[in-house]
Amino acid sequence: MIRQSAAQMAAALSEGSTTSVELTQAHLDQIAAVDNNVKAFLHVDAEGALAQAKSVDAQRKSGEKLSPLAGIPLALKDVLAQRGVPTTAGSKILQGWRPPYDSTVVTKLKDAGLVILGKTNMDEFAMGSSTENSGYGPTFNPWDLTRTPGGSSGGSAAAVSAFQAPLAVGSDTGGSIRQPAALTGIVGVRPTYGAVSRFGLIAYSSSLDQAGPFGRTVLDTALLHEVMAGHDPKDATSINAPVPAVVAAAKSGDVKGMKIGVIKQLQGEGYQKGVQARFDESLQVLASLGAEIVEVDCPNFEYALAAYYLIAPSECSSNLARFDAMRYGLRTGDIDGASAEAVMSATRDAGFGREVKRRIILGTYALSSGYYDAYYGSAQKIRTLIIQDYAKAFTQADVLVSPTAPTTAYKIGEKVDDPMAMYLGDVATIPVNLAGICGMSLPAGLADEDNLPVGFQIMAPAMQDQRLYQAGAALEAALLSQWGAPILSKAPALAGSK
Amino acid sequence: MSSLSRDDVAKLAGLARIEMTEEELVSLSSQFGMILDAVARVQEVDLSGVKATSHPQPLENVARPDVVLPSLSPEDALSGAPAKEDSRFRVPQILGEAE
Amino acid sequence: MALPTYEEVIAKWDPVLGLEVHVELNTHSKMFCSCATEFGAEPNTQTCPVCLALPGALPVVNEKAIESTILIGLALNCKIAPYSRFARKNYFYPDMPKNFQISQYDEPICFDGYVDVEIETEEGPKQFRIEIERVHMEEDTGKSLHVGGATGRIHGADYSLLDYNRAGIPLVEIVTKIVPGTGKYAPEVAKAYVAELRDILRGLKVSDVKMEQGSLRCDANVSLKPIGSDVLGTRSETKNVNSLRSVERAIRGEMIRHAELLNEGKKVKQETRHFQEDTGLTRSGRSKEQAEDYRYFPDPDLVPVTPAAAWIEELRATLPERPSLRRKRIKEEWNVPDKEMEAMINADVLDIVETTVLLGADPTKARTWWLGEISRIANDQNVAVADLSITPAHVAELVALVAAGELTDKLARQVVEGVIAGEGKPSEVVAKRGIKVVNDDGALMAAIEKVCAEQAETAEKVRGGHLPAAGALIGAVMKETKGQADAARVRELLLGHLGQA
Repeated sequence: MIRQSAAQMAAALSEGSTTSVELTQAHLDQIAAVDNNVKAFLHVDAEGALAQAKSVDAQRKSGEKLSPLAGIPLALKDVLAQRGVPTTAGSKILQGWRPPYDSTVVTKLKDAGLVILGKTNMDEFAMGSSTENSGYGPTFNPWDLTRTPGGSSGGSAAAVSAFQAPLAVGSDTGGSIRQPAALTGIVGVRPTYGAVSRFGLIAYSSSLDQAGPFGRTVLDTALLHEVMAGHDPKDATSINAPVPAVVAAAKSGDVKGMKIGVIKQLQGEGYQKGVQARFDESLQVLASLGAEIVEVDCPNFEYALAAYYLIAPSECSSNLARFDAMRYGLRTGDIDGASAEAVMSATRDAGFGREVKRRIILGTYALSSGYYDAYYGSAQKIRTLIIQDYAKAFTQADVLVSPTAPTTAYKIGEKVDDPMAMYLGDVATIPVNLAGICGMSLPAGLADEDNLPVGFQIMAPAMQDQRLYQAGAALEAALLSQWGAPILSKAPALAGSK
Repeated sequence: MSSLSRDDVAKLAGLARIEMTEEELVSLSSQFGMILDAVARVQEVDLSGVKATSHPQPLENVARPDVVLPSLSPEDALSGAPAKEDSRFRVPQILGEAE
Repeated sequence: MALPTYEEVIAKWDPVLGLEVHVELNTHSKMFCSCATEFGAEPNTQTCPVCLALPGALPVVNEKAIESTILIGLALNCKIAPYSRFARKNYFYPDMPKNFQISQYDEPICFDGYVDVEIETEEGPKQFRIEIERVHMEEDTGKSLHVGGATGRIHGADYSLLDYNRAGIPLVEIVTKIVPGTGKYAPEVAKAYVAELRDILRGLKVSDVKMEQGSLRCDANVSLKPIGSDVLGTRSETKNVNSLRSVERAIRGEMIRHAELLNEGKKVKQETRHFQEDTGLTRSGRSKEQAEDYRYFPDPDLVPVTPAAAWIEELRATLPERPSLRRKRIKEEWNVPDKEMEAMINADVLDIVETTVLLGADPTKARTWWLGEISRIANDQNVAVADLSITPAHVAELVALVAAGELTDKLARQVVEGVIAGEGKPSEVVAKRGIKVVNDDGALMAAIEKVCAEQAETAEKVRGGHLPAAGALIGAVMKETKGQADAARVRELLLGHLGQA
């Protein structure tokens, strides 16, 4: 049952062949069986999940009209505030904090009857690409437990990949949904900036952060996308427009006549051989389905990584100032006679991990007087150029594509001491964030050299998220018929898995 | 080659209110050369006449009506407090003056 | 060395001022969240994820605060920026939950204005123009209570207790350009400026402007330069100046302190100082080893404010008459003596009196009622005149009843009491209490004869042409008739009786 798609589970629920309680319990059992090894979850809320499942079952029994995903279990990245449930953003500085409020995404999930199984592991404050920067230890890739699942939403991606949840919510500031989706063989979407409310999403970089869905199929991902998205008056940067018809697009999945632009700068050198091979094949598949493949030039993408690693740290240095031991979270060093200032500094030292401190210091530097124009100011101008590159490219193509990540999943510990190497892994995903547009990663097969999943990235203009699903569904269907079975069926079985 | 000295890092750590050991200061200072070289690439482009984008969506004038909605209960407001007293957050002695 | 006298200071030095005024707006909800803004609420009862800076919370700006700030800008003759943004001012302080303040930096909403103030000088009234650099929006901080230590002050406290009810209350900061050329009148000009601002803001109804509650706070920058020099001296910034009188005292005190240092060849330190209400002196605040680096950058959680030109014009059209001009007009139209004018302003009854006059009452009568009997009752009950249940319409009706001879002044006072006690409008109180003027000349004559007999000596004086003596007799007759007589009629009959008609 747990290996079905969310759409199939929803059908089973609505025809009465199973209940949400059964479904939820099955996933809790799977978590109990495999999470010792995968470590996708920081907190499992069995009690809350079963209570919600029971309530949805009762509503269904009484004939209430339910939303399409009512009763379906889901894993929630620990970056979203959920009332009464421990929420840490993967940081020791928030250990034990239970928010007195729900994020807007959580409110929408609850209202739609989704069952939140628990909170998933992540790089601390979403800073990282491997989930190794979590304050609570790494998550392991279900395809190979010696490798990372990517990050920062590694816990959410691993949970979906390991059948601990059919759906999950992540957040994507520089690729943190798309890259782990690629590395774990699932589908992940970063919606258009402003499409999903950030209220209650613990901020890393406010102008880049965006929550989004994970699923094992394009349609499942669209169903969750539709639940999460929509205008929120509590987020001043939320777009006040109807949610694009993503579910309809995922169901139609037609690329005939669609112009697909391959970004010259995001392929070739620096990309693993097997990654490039699967990407090229997918392009041929799309062409065979009637899409027109063109090459587009985005010259300023070369500077995207540099701009990102100034903008995100700058914003984070300010966003993370609130973690100061005064009102919530960790407090250390509060010995007799210690000043508030000393306690703040000691707590921030003890509570933040190395990568977080590194980015805070970098951001503090980039914003400081005398350096602002050279660093933060220049980065914001590069951002303008990247937006212009996209605008031009989208006059030549309906969607743009690239490999999601330059490599397949790498070994845990391999890059942890080399921040620059780690940062390079985000090279293909970051431009989307800088421009505020939307992007999807979906499985393109396994790399020959390591039999690990490869992600295919699709990008579309702001508020044209349906195009991702349109193209993604077409590619998914064609690849599935080539493979004969979903890609996850090729993953080695996890010990104890149901 | 860009660089940040140990003292530069110490000053930034002070601004960011992060206590750092000597070892951390030295190690960060050594990493920063490479990181700053990488991010300084933003200065390679001719940016004269380019406007800065601080926000990806061109939104303007988003405001809310001046209407009072319920606040948190004081119990909820103080629920995460490391220390509290008389419905207030209790914090260690404050050394400096307010702004 | 003895402190120089003020006269010695101004003989040698020329003061340069700069004033920063913070005004708390009187919006119902906070600047960036929907929490209430009531003054004096129980601690932390007006807080939410946003103003406590809980992880994940986001600000959304209050549209009324933007409107109020534009109104202030317009009233101060400022230009309104077609595009302005919020910026984060980053510094750590426990009373500021986010450890940054949302403020405005290089893109304030209003800029380049001025206010003219007038002060009395030895050469007669003199006008000074105070130029406004900028008016911008920001948010207030929480309040800390320092526990332990000897004085309850921050120094020596064992720990502090924080209440974030005030955190996030809308603040508008009004910054002047440097104000040169005020010479020996610098303290008075500064005081007059703050008073004028207070009146303007009160007229706009955008703030409570209560300095004692901190809803209007002034920081005064003072520096001295030798008379005739173009080179500005080093300034000090004095905070906590929380009354008009203190503005004057603080500036005078700083001028003397600076002059003393400079006379001795010492340097003035650029620093923040705190005004001590009790001593009238300032003391040094935090000495900054190095200038704070606030790392301002545009707040990515908020979007630009781009007020439409048409809206700005709409707001401009609603601007009330400038208070100082209005006062001049009223004073002339009603022919009010200086002292009375001042009394009305101090008692904060100018609006009420004007409304009463607009409803048909004679200005002098209206003023007398509000400043006299009604103010007295308000005083007794320890409430503001405006909080009593008597309205301008009531007073206008009362004045009309007296004019029509249906009430005497004394009876009218009883009616005022009744109205304030909630017995209805004046005509209803008259009916309910059965108050009526004694119009029966026979009864009045009887009383007059009785009084004249009792006070024969006084009566003789009147009969002899000494009319001022009649007052005592009229008073006695009024007393005899328990105030229900019309004093004018009594006077008429009395004078007739004594052959003086």
